[in-house]
Amino acid sequence: MSNKLTIGKGINAGLRAAMEHDPKVLVMGEDVGRLGGVFRVTDGLHKDFGADRVIDTPLAESGIVGTAIGMAMRGYRPVVEIQFDGFFFPATNQTFTQLAKMRRRSAGKLSMPVVMRIPYGGGIGAVEHHSESPEAYFTHTAGLRVMTVATPEDAYWGIQQAIRCEDPVIFLEPKRRYYEKAEVDLDLAYEDATPMGAARIARPGTDATLLAYGPMVKTALQAAEADTERSIEVIDLRSLSPVDYPTVVESVKRTGRLVVTHEATLTGGPGAEIAARVTEECFYHLESPVIRVAAFDTPYPQSRLEEHYLPDLDRVLDGVDRAFAY
Amino acid sequence: MSDTTAHEEPELIQLLTPEGELTGHPDYPLEISAEEIRALYRDLVLVRRVDNEAVSLQRQGELGLWASLLGQEAAQIGSGRALTERDMAFPSYREHGVAWCRGIEPRELLGMFRGVTNGGWDPHEHGLHLYTIVIGSQALHATGYAMGLQRDGAVGEDGSAVIAYFGDGATSQGDTNEAFNFASVNNAPVVFFCQNNQWAISEPLDRQSRIPIYRRAAGYGFPGVRVDGNDVLACLAVTRAALANAREGNGPTLVEAFTYRMGAHTTNDDPTRYRASAELDEWKAKDPILRVRRHLEAGGLADDAFFASVDEEAERIGEQVRTQCRALPDPEPLEIFDQVYAEPNVHIDQQRSEFAEYLASFEDAGTEGGR
Repeated sequence: MSNKLTIGKGINAGLRAAMEHDPKVLVMGEDVGRLGGVFRVTDGLHKDFGADRVIDTPLAESGIVGTAIGMAMRGYRPVVEIQFDGFFFPATNQTFTQLAKMRRRSAGKLSMPVVMRIPYGGGIGAVEHHSESPEAYFTHTAGLRVMTVATPEDAYWGIQQAIRCEDPVIFLEPKRRYYEKAEVDLDLAYEDATPMGAARIARPGTDATLLAYGPMVKTALQAAEADTERSIEVIDLRSLSPVDYPTVVESVKRTGRLVVTHEATLTGGPGAEIAARVTEECFYHLESPVIRVAAFDTPYPQSRLEEHYLPDLDRVLDGVDRAFAY
Repeated sequence: MSDTTAHEEPELIQLLTPEGELTGHPDYPLEISAEEIRALYRDLVLVRRVDNEAVSLQRQGELGLWASLLGQEAAQIGSGRALTERDMAFPSYREHGVAWCRGIEPRELLGMFRGVTNGGWDPHEHGLHLYTIVIGSQALHATGYAMGLQRDGAVGEDGSAVIAYFGDGATSQGDTNEAFNFASVNNAPVVFFCQNNQWAISEPLDRQSRIPIYRRAAGYGFPGVRVDGNDVLACLAVTRAALANAREGNGPTLVEAFTYRMGAHTTNDDPTRYRASAELDEWKAKDPILRVRRHLEAGGLADDAFFASVDEEAERIGEQVRTQCRALPDPEPLEIFDQVYAEPNVHIDQQRSEFAEYLASFEDAGTEGGR
């Protein structure tokens, strides 16, 4: 059965499949129950699985993550929804000092199969704290895995893989792409889905590699299409921690150029680490330095300015031009 | 503005006076045999001895740090012995008496303060979570675990309960207060056991709370009770009642064990800089062990041979702890990379093999590894 699904519906269907597959899977967060979440990603789950498995929590992010840790100790697999990226921060202590370190602290005696779903990124004209890209905080933290979604297929399979993972997973959902639609093969065996740590070549090319993830994959593909002079390969990184360097390095060694783009701020962003690693591993193959096209090192601006702040098609192409200027 | 609650004298549940008189309490009847009281006495003496040895080991450089429980033995043994095998406890980092009750070997505790593990025992095997250092964090874990018990149908007859340990300082933390609220709205089977030892390092209780701590519970919609934290029988009876209440599905209770940190916050602390020695003298008169001994002696419930045998056992354990501590091996360097993730991680695997190669390069050169 093949179905046309949006990214939001894909996650919803994936959550449902995971809850049917394993009775220990729980969904918890603010407004995830009767309302189905502010983006309706948990729509219908409360009705079908009940209030014991789809838990409307008090409005306290630290409490949500902290109690999810306790539930995981009791053998459950909580899927926590943080309503918006900017509301993650009250949960930083539980996430960084407890969730990420519990396995190591317990010398492997405790696993933390907790998924933290976070609608993230800008471009929806929102008020402050609703448009952030905090991925670098997570990728800098040992013990966490970090996944992003760019397609309905990854939405559907990715959330199921995150839930079955024995490690805590930060699952970043590009909120401005929730309504992007594509075919998803729902009959695929779980084992045959693209592995959760693998990067995907979204568009083959020969002259330069353009690396993106989450909401920027669509922009990168549009930029590659718009560039009629050069053949641009687009990689959807998918997993931010760990990074599938073999796929990235193989591509860059073929094309000789790498442009990395993300909505997170430039300095200390994922692109900085990728640039360093690619420089180490592809030094003699590079025709130019690794170019980064990212958000500015400022707080996320008022929404009327966000079109200037977020890397768009033209800024990505400008980055590609810079790579070819060498 | 009226502010009467702050000035009312709070009731203190006490069963055994500092003079050793067993008064009992109508709300907390406790049937206890002489043998059971002797067993509690033994617990109290032995954990004080272990604690005392650990302080010495820190002074001798064998431990990096130690957080002494001196003065809090009754609160920990009383509540710890109220737990059943099916219950789960979530400690902070000073709960050596609770760990003792849960069957954790003292050397496991020392390992953490020596720096050879970050905990190491199996929380599920002992019904005791790892020590948690970030203040208040474990109150939420306890609450989540209790919510798990509810979903397992483990509440009711033959049910289980959870106990969360923390101190007076932790009651200022958001996580503790969020835990109170999550537990309340979910009616979770958890007992919040606050050892109010009067001091959060150098900050006295009035820097943490304007009202008695147990009264906070009312604001969250569950009962709060203040118990004499130096009275092992009262702590046992009150905790037992609170746990039974939780197990039966009646939700959380906040127990404030009113006690005193007779030692320093940790071996790095110097309490002479912030508190008067007269205060310590006052609390010494309320010593948790002395009153049990007085009771046993006055009632003829134990003879000299008993007290001598406990003291001998304490000495043996002190010596054992000393030997075990010194014998704890340093972990291998490559252990750094273990158990970060459950599943293989390419970055960590690569760093492990590079570091192994680096270490091996010293051996090749015929020199010692590391510096």
